[in-house]
Amino acid sequence: MVMGDMEMNTDLLIIGGGPGGYGAAFRAADLGLDVILVDHRPRLGGLCLHAGCIPSKTLLHLTQLLDSTRRAERMGLRFAEPKIDLVAMRYWLRQVISSMAGKLMSLAKRRGVLVIQGRAHFSGAGTVRLEGAEISGIKFKQAIIATGSSPRPLPGLVFSPDSRIMDSTAALALTEISKTLLVVGGGYIGLEIGSIYAALGSRVALMEMKNRLLAKADADLVGPLQTRLVEHFAALHLGARAEGFTETAAGVVVRYTQNGKTAEMEADRVLLAIGRIPNCDDLGLEHTGVTLDSQGFIKIDEQQRTSDARIFAVGDVAGGIMLAHKATRQGRVAAEVISGRKIGFDVRAIPAVVYTEPQIAWCGLTEVAARREGIAHAVQRFPWQDSGRTQALGSFTKLITNPADGRILGIGMVGGNTEGFIGEAALAIEMGALAEDLALVLHPFPTLAETEDEAEGSNDNAGHILPKGDA
Amino acid sequence: MSTSFRLPDLGEGVHEAEILAIPVASGQAIEEGQVILEIETDKAAVEIPSPFTGVVGDILVKVGDMAIVGDVLMTFETGVEKTTAPQVDTPPQVEKMPPSKEYGQSPVPASPSTRRLARELGVDLRAVTATGSGGIVTKDDIEAHARQKEQSDPLPKIVAVAVAAAVVPARPPAAPSPTGLPDFSKWGPVKRRPFRSIRRATATQMTASWAQIPHVHCQDNIDITGLEAFRQKHKAEIAAVGGRLTMTVFAMKAVATALKAYPSFNASLDLAAQEIIVKNYFHIGIATDSENGLFVPVIRDVDRKSIKELAIEVDGAITRVRTGKFSREELQGGTFTITNAGALGGHHFSAIINYPEVAILGLGQGRMQPVVITGTDGKHQIVPRLIMPIVLCFDHRVVDGADAIRFLHLVINALEDPDELLITMI
Repeated sequence: MVMGDMEMNTDLLIIGGGPGGYGAAFRAADLGLDVILVDHRPRLGGLCLHAGCIPSKTLLHLTQLLDSTRRAERMGLRFAEPKIDLVAMRYWLRQVISSMAGKLMSLAKRRGVLVIQGRAHFSGAGTVRLEGAEISGIKFKQAIIATGSSPRPLPGLVFSPDSRIMDSTAALALTEISKTLLVVGGGYIGLEIGSIYAALGSRVALMEMKNRLLAKADADLVGPLQTRLVEHFAALHLGARAEGFTETAAGVVVRYTQNGKTAEMEADRVLLAIGRIPNCDDLGLEHTGVTLDSQGFIKIDEQQRTSDARIFAVGDVAGGIMLAHKATRQGRVAAEVISGRKIGFDVRAIPAVVYTEPQIAWCGLTEVAARREGIAHAVQRFPWQDSGRTQALGSFTKLITNPADGRILGIGMVGGNTEGFIGEAALAIEMGALAEDLALVLHPFPTLAETEDEAEGSNDNAGHILPKGDA
Repeated sequence: MSTSFRLPDLGEGVHEAEILAIPVASGQAIEEGQVILEIETDKAAVEIPSPFTGVVGDILVKVGDMAIVGDVLMTFETGVEKTTAPQVDTPPQVEKMPPSKEYGQSPVPASPSTRRLARELGVDLRAVTATGSGGIVTKDDIEAHARQKEQSDPLPKIVAVAVAAAVVPARPPAAPSPTGLPDFSKWGPVKRRPFRSIRRATATQMTASWAQIPHVHCQDNIDITGLEAFRQKHKAEIAAVGGRLTMTVFAMKAVATALKAYPSFNASLDLAAQEIIVKNYFHIGIATDSENGLFVPVIRDVDRKSIKELAIEVDGAITRVRTGKFSREELQGGTFTITNAGALGGHHFSAIINYPEVAILGLGQGRMQPVVITGTDGKHQIVPRLIMPIVLCFDHRVVDGADAIRFLHLVINALEDPDELLITMI
C-alpha cells in the first residue's frame, strides 16, 4: 500500500474490529460485498479478545482450577500449595490471545476483507478520514459502526497505564497481584475480576452504590453468589458511594459515603468498574445523520440502521445488553440487510453468564423486567439436589412462564457450570417450548443436568432445570 | 379508572376488521351492551356491544380503518359511580407504562427459522393461525398465510414488481402507474374503491374454488307447473306462521334426498391426507344477495326438517343477512349450496362451487314455455308449461358425470311432481 494522500473506495466500511465488526465483515464478504474494516488495533478481536472476555475467562479458568484443588482437599485429594507464576501466566494469556487473533486475521484474509489499522472519522456524506493509517480516507456506499464501549471513568479521573487506579483493561494485564484491592462497582466485570484477584491472593473489598450486586439479574439468583463472596472477599460494602480517590506512594485513599456518613478506606490498588460508555465521541458523527439516545448510544432500528440511511451500528455502541455474542449477531444482521436480505435482529433469549463461583446465567425474560413491563408471568424455582459433586449452597434454576399456556419466557440459574446449561435454556425459549416440554426431555444421570428428587422418593425426573412434578 | 377496549378475537382465523361505523362519540356515557362499533370482517358485518358501563374516552379509529385483533380501538372511563363506594378492596395501582406494541404481551411462539421465514415473506406472526402443538406457529402456517395473502391482495405484489422495474431508469419517472394497469383516467373519469372485507373474501373464496376445482356443469329443465300450483295453494298458510314458501325450500328438500342417495356430493376432498371426507349431516347453504355483498347462511339438518320449518327458517336467515343481524356461526358448516337466481329474473347460468364443498345447485327463473307432451295414446301435443332451468356444478375430482346426472334427475323428478317429493321425504 502506498503511503500518503491515497483514498480508497468500498461497498462496505466497517469501523471497529471486535465481535460486532468482524461478525459483520465476514458475513458481508460471504455475501459478495467488497469490505474494508478499520480498527485502531493491528489485529482483529477488539476489546473482547484483547482486554475483555477472553483474558478474563482465561484467568477465571485458572482461578477456578485453583479453587477446585483447594476444595478437593476436603474430599481427600491433596495437592501441594500452588505456585503462582505471574510472568508465566501473562505469557500464557498473550499466547491465547495471539492465537485467536491470528485465526481471525486469516479468516479475514481468506474472505478478502481488507483490515486497515487506524482511526476513522466521518468527514462528509459517504467518506471517512483516516488517522494513523496508510491511506488518508475511504469512500463507502454503506458503513457499519462497531466501535464498542469503554470503561466509564469517574468525573475528573483519567485512566493511565501506571496508575494504581485501574480500569478492567489494566486489571487484566496482571501487572501485580496487590496485597489489597478495592473493586468499585458490583456489576459482572467487578465481580469477575475481583474473584480472579481474590483467588490469586489479594484481599479484595468491593464497594457498590446500590444495595445489591448485579442490578440487571434477578435478586434471587444473586443471593447464593453474595453469600459466597462474603466468605471469599474481605469485605462487601453495599449502598456505598465512592466520592474521590487520592493516589499516594503506597496506595489509594478512597473517600466514600455510606448511610449518609463519609468515611475513608485505603487499598494498594483500585479497580473502577462502574459501567461502560459508548465509543462514539471521536467518530465525527456530526458529519452524518446519526442520532444518539439520552444515554449517548447510537439509535438503531431492528435492522441495525441508524438515522442516517448509509450508516448502521452494532454491538455496545448501539446500547442494550453489552455482550460479544449479541454484537456478532447484530453485525451479521447489518451485513445481510445491506446485501438486500429481509431480516432483522430477532432474538428472544440473549444468554448472559457471570463467570463467578457460583456462576449465574439467565436468558429471555427476567422477573424484574416482567414486573416492570406488566407482562403476565409465573415463576417456579427448582433447587438443585446435591448429586455428590461439589455444589454451591443454594443453587437453583428458575423458570419464568406465561401462566396462560406454560410457555417458557425466561430462565435463570445459579450454581456450578451454568455456562454449560444456559444454551439449552435459550433453545427452549427460542423454540417456544412449554415448561412441560423441558420436563419431558431426558437428562443424563449422573450429571449436574439432572438430579432426582430423592427426598420425596418419587421418580420424577426433577433435574436442576426441570419443573418438578410436570414430567 | 381508564380501560382500553381492544378489537376482540373474532375466532375462525379472522384477525382484522374494517370499521364501518362508530355510533358513539368521545365523552358520551354508555351502558354495558350498547353498540359502540360496527365492524366488518372478511366473513361478516358485526355490531360490537360495549363490555363496560362508563364514558367513552378517546376513539382511536375512524370509519374505514382496518383494525387488527388486539388493537386498542377506544378507551373508557369506567367505575365513575364507584367512587362513593368504600375503597377497601381496591387493588393497589400497578405502575403504568406507556403502551407499546409488545407491551404486556408474550411473544408469538415460533422457532427462529420460522420467524426468519415470516420476515422474508412479510408475514406478521400475530396474524397467522397457528396449527403447531400448543399454539406454535409453524413454517407451514407462515407459507399458508403468505399464499392466502397473495391471493387476497395481488395488487401490492405487482406494485413491488413495478417498483423494482422502476429502479432501472428506462423512462423518465413521470408518475409511473403503480399497479401495472393502464391509466384509465386518460379516457374518462374513474373512481377507486378499496378492495377488501367481504369483497376481498369473496374474491379469495372464488379464486380458491376456481383454481383448485375442475368444474363440470350439468344443465337441464324442470317442469314445475305442478309444484308451482302446490306452492300457490299452500303459500298463505305458511305465510301465516311466518315463513315464505319458495322454490328454494322445495329444492332444499329434494337436494337433501339426493345427497343421501349420493353421499359423494356431501363431501370435501382432503388432498393433504389423500382422503375424501363424507359428511353425515346435511347442512345446506343458501346463496343470499345483500347490500353488503354475497353471503351464504347455512340451514342445518335439512333432512330432518319439514317444509314448513324450512320455509320459516330460510326466511329468517335471509332477513338476518340482509339486515346485517346474523352471527358468524350461521355462515359456517355448510355441506352443499343452492343458489337461486330466479327471483332476480336470472334464467340459465353457471355457478362456482362453494369451496371446500363438492357441488352447487343453481335454479333459474321458471317461465311459461311451449312443451311437447306425448299422451298415453302416443299423440304429441304442444302445451304451455312452467319450465325452470337448473344447473348442477360438481367437482370432477370427487364425482363423475354419470352420478351427477343421476343426482340431478333425482332432484328433477322430486320437483316435477310434488307427490314424488313427498314420497322421497318419507
